[in-house]
Amino acid sequence: MKILVPVKRVVDPYAKVRPLADGSGIDTTGVKFEINPFDEIAVEEAVRLREKDPSIEITVVSIGKGECEEQLRKALAMGADKAVLIETDAEYDSLAIAKELATLVRELEPDVVLMGKQATDDDCNQAGQMLAAKLDWPQATFASKVDLTGRGLRVTRETDSGDETVELDFPCLVTTDLRLNEPRYIALPGIIKARSKPLEKRAPSEAPTVKTRTTKYSSPPARAAGRKLSSVDELVAVLKERGAL
Amino acid sequence: MSRLLIIAFEGAEAAQLAGFAKALGIPFDVLSLSGKVDLDLGAAKVFTSDLNELPLADAVSGSLSNFIQQNGPYTHIAGPSSMRGKDLLARLAGTLDAGMVTDVIAIESPTLFHRPMVAGSIIATVEVLSTPVVLTVRPAGFPAPARSGNSESGILSLSTMPKSQRVSVSARGGARPDLTQAKIIVTGGRPLKDAETFERILGGLADTLGGAVGATRAAVDSGIAPNELQVGQTGKIVAPDLYIAAGVSGSTQHMAGIKDSKIIVAINKDPDAPIFESADYGLVADLYDALPELQSKAKA
Ligand SMILES: Cc1cc2nc3c(=O)[nH]c(=O)nc-3n(C[C@H](O)[C@H](O)[C@H](O)COP(=O)(O)OP(=O)(O)OC[C@H]3O[C@@H](n4cnc5c(N)ncnc54)[C@H](O)[C@@H]3O)c2cc1C
Ligand SMILES: Nc1ncnc2c1ncn2[C@@H]1O[C@H](COP(=O)(O)O)[C@@H](O)[C@H]1O
Repeated sequence: MKILVPVKRVVDPYAKVRPLADGSGIDTTGVKFEINPFDEIAVEEAVRLREKDPSIEITVVSIGKGECEEQLRKALAMGADKAVLIETDAEYDSLAIAKELATLVRELEPDVVLMGKQATDDDCNQAGQMLAAKLDWPQATFASKVDLTGRGLRVTRETDSGDETVELDFPCLVTTDLRLNEPRYIALPGIIKARSKPLEKRAPSEAPTVKTRTTKYSSPPARAAGRKLSSVDELVAVLKERGAL
Repeated sequence: MSRLLIIAFEGAEAAQLAGFAKALGIPFDVLSLSGKVDLDLGAAKVFTSDLNELPLADAVSGSLSNFIQQNGPYTHIAGPSSMRGKDLLARLAGTLDAGMVTDVIAIESPTLFHRPMVAGSIIATVEVLSTPVVLTVRPAGFPAPARSGNSESGILSLSTMPKSQRVSVSARGGARPDLTQAKIIVTGGRPLKDAETFERILGGLADTLGGAVGATRAAVDSGIAPNELQVGQTGKIVAPDLYIAAGVSGSTQHMAGIKDSKIIVAINKDPDAPIFESADYGLVADLYDALPELQSKAKA
């Protein structure tokens, strides 16, 4: 059985980022880059599924600049078997990412694609569903539990009002939510050891046609710091005065 | 000519999205996947689906896409920025091969939208380069329009093509207002000891105020609160009149979900907690003292 996990290189989700002064992009000077946390959860889940079914082979793929190799190496260190880097400087939107991934899926024929529900840099929450649509596959988004059933997966997915459990036959696509698992910690030596695992670099299958494009990056209006109050009485008084209570 | 289709999951949602339609300023139709839509929202046509249960996204995106092609052309297709909204609309965008903008908060023109990214640290201006475009909308920025007129209405029979099976649903819900609709929200963070304490201290105050209860990811992860209460970048986006955050440090990811609140109150025992930088009113106090006191005095 084969699992494909797309991983995106994103700015450290805990770093504070600002737009560049001219609004042409995001200022990333001095900011670290990481695997998108949701994709890291997807890699972890794939590795845990393999602990139950050792026949599983895990491939990770990233689309982007050469530096994405860093994140792919980390995924290999976590337990993925091989990596594909689709190397490009071009701008992609989630739809273009989904199309490039669809081409790879048709070539590699995985039984499952497991990926993050959203990239924490663009916060789009699109590529997984778009890829499932392109492949005409069943999809289960926002997974908080994944089990193998023999012919497919049983997935508990988070919903606006709680959760629901769905069953999908192979091949199928699952996107991960935060509570699915806690990824293992990988120390540097582990990453170095994973250097011997195969990482294939290739060009995109086609030049991307983007249908949306970010033209400007700005700061959100800042909420002014308010008043410190000294007691609950004072708080009740101001809230009543403003008609909030 | 520009035309918008609003996809709502229930009738009430359509009214909120009508505010967006008015702001966009183009003629629009409404399709509700369940429940009745008011006919005075300003829509040209209102369609209600004949399904008796909300379908899974993978089962219905094909027939939705057929409907859009037959009944169109639509230049814009918009739905709510909820989890079910993103689940279905992104699938639909894939089926239609359409570009998509999630979490629209403002409109510059019918092809230029604003949306937050990187946990709300950045506001992006996104240009749409082809039609149709699929949008998910955060209603806070778009007040519901005055009601008038009478839309044409019809029942839409949507066929589903099941690709996966729903085997069980656990909707926790309860008597409190929905987080995304609530006028008052009381949110707790990591320091709440356990689920029982969380419910007693925060639930008690929320019920007194007629509000909803929210939680940080830290509270959800430690099992103190159920996941559907999580507020923030990857949880619910809320916009109440009053947001009371107790024992919440004020991480970027949490603040991303509450920026549109009219009044933010922070109660935290650490005077240097980052949340005080963006709260309208801050109280340095132990939440175990302050919340019960607030509950008894708010009533008076
Ligand atoms: C990809 C990603 C997505 C995320 N998405 C979200 C999200 O959607 N929502 C979200 O909330 N978080 C999210 N987070 C997590 C976020 O970064 C923070 O870890 C989390 O919000 C912290 O929760 P907290 O404020 O409850 O806990 P802490 O940061 O631990 O803060 C607890 C606060 O309580 C105060 N305190 C302690 N005891 C008391 C007391 N007795 N009385 C009063 N105050 C007290 C402390 O001074 C402290 O300020 C995300 C993180 C990542 C990486
Ligand atoms: N450049 C990329 N390379 C590999 N996977 C990606 C890339 N961009 C997005 N993805 C995948 O798509 C998911 C959703 O991304 P998004 O639609 O941008 O929020 C991510 O969690 C990744 O799994």
